[in-house]
Amino acid sequence: MYAQMVKSTGHAVRALEDMEPQERAFQERINAGEKIEPKDWMPEGYRKTLVRQISQHAHSEIVGQLPEGNWITRAPTLERKAILLAKVQDEAGHGLYLYCAAETLGVSRDELYEQLHSGKAKYSSIFNYPTLNWADIGAVGWLVDGAAIMNQVPLQRTSFGPYSRAMIRICKEESFHQRQGYDIMMKMAFGSEAQKRMAQDALNRFWWPSLMMFGPSDKDSIHSAQSMAWKIKLNTNDELRQKFVDQTVPQAEYLGLTIPDENVKWNEERGHYDYTDPDWNEFFEVIKGNGPCNKERMDARVKAWEDGAWFREGLMAHAEKANTAEAAE
Amino acid sequence: MKNEWPLWEVFIRGQHGLAHRHVGSLHAPDAEVALKSARDVYTRRNEGLSIWVVKAEDITASSPSEKGPLFDPSQDKVYRHPTFFPMPEELKGL
Ligand SMILES: [Fe+2]
Ligand SMILES: [Fe+2]
Repeated sequence: MYAQMVKSTGHAVRALEDMEPQERAFQERINAGEKIEPKDWMPEGYRKTLVRQISQHAHSEIVGQLPEGNWITRAPTLERKAILLAKVQDEAGHGLYLYCAAETLGVSRDELYEQLHSGKAKYSSIFNYPTLNWADIGAVGWLVDGAAIMNQVPLQRTSFGPYSRAMIRICKEESFHQRQGYDIMMKMAFGSEAQKRMAQDALNRFWWPSLMMFGPSDKDSIHSAQSMAWKIKLNTNDELRQKFVDQTVPQAEYLGLTIPDENVKWNEERGHYDYTDPDWNEFFEVIKGNGPCNKERMDARVKAWEDGAWFREGLMAHAEKANTAEAAE
Repeated sequence: MKNEWPLWEVFIRGQHGLAHRHVGSLHAPDAEVALKSARDVYTRRNEGLSIWVVKAEDITASSPSEKGPLFDPSQDKVYRHPTFFPMPEELKGL
């Protein structure tokens, strides 16, 4: 998802009886549905895993602006341009809500940026794919934001208060993102033959990377079991992926587009659509840095940060000067 | 690393006459920029009619570990709640 492959502790989940009193009290609060707040006692593993998960999520929102930002200057109408600009601005906001949530756990914004820029921290694999034409912007809103929503809705109930509150704000804004994407897809799919071809091509390219967003199967992973016990993960990757497929197939049918997987069909017995798993080798390559746009994305991000340095420093110098002047009065 | 902009907590009063409510935080060099950024980050959909920004380091917070003793005095004063006093059912306006 926006936070893929976050490893929690290396231990299996411990039973309440085997925990020290402090940890047991903590786990019991979580089991009772109470929120954990930044200054409350928490196990070191909980803190570390959350910092990793929330910051990875934040980085994804920030880097996620790049593939869409690519089309702001080339949107087909002024209205589409204004809409896309608002959507991308929301994503910046999402990144900021999440960075602040991570910072309540004792990590600084500069450290988080440093981790992103040095390549130490990951962000979602999906943003390392290119947006080649306008239909891709439709596909991103429809599929990528659609997949993000699948993951973010349950996270509103996560145990860490600041994370949960950030997710609630984010979820309120996401359905605009998905709808504006689907709206573009409708325009394209119901348009000329050439537009329809572009829409199908965008679906073909974004289908598999969208399925990868949920990460490889983790139903037997001890990391994932621990995160679930802590309620910082609420569903397995496979559950969410299946939900996404079930939701998306009829939406593609409505558009008259074909999911690029001949195994997609309704399975009466399971009550779900069957589908083929994406190519996990490709996923691991992208995560490792070898996707089509990894380098381009990081270069753009680092350049934006470095080019803005004189401005950030200037404003800070101005603020300090004003402070000293005030103190001297 | 030292040049990181300070952290501000953001409070917003919405449409319905309720008090300012904490909505999140942001980094800004000074109060003026903090207000403008708060508008962009936290009120993109008419969420607010008024914004307060407060430097996070200026906030004094109660400590969660003292939660017990701090709130203890109000625990045993049930008579502060009107339901402590049963009233005759036939009476009105009480
Ligand atoms: Fe987002
Ligand atoms: Fe979004």
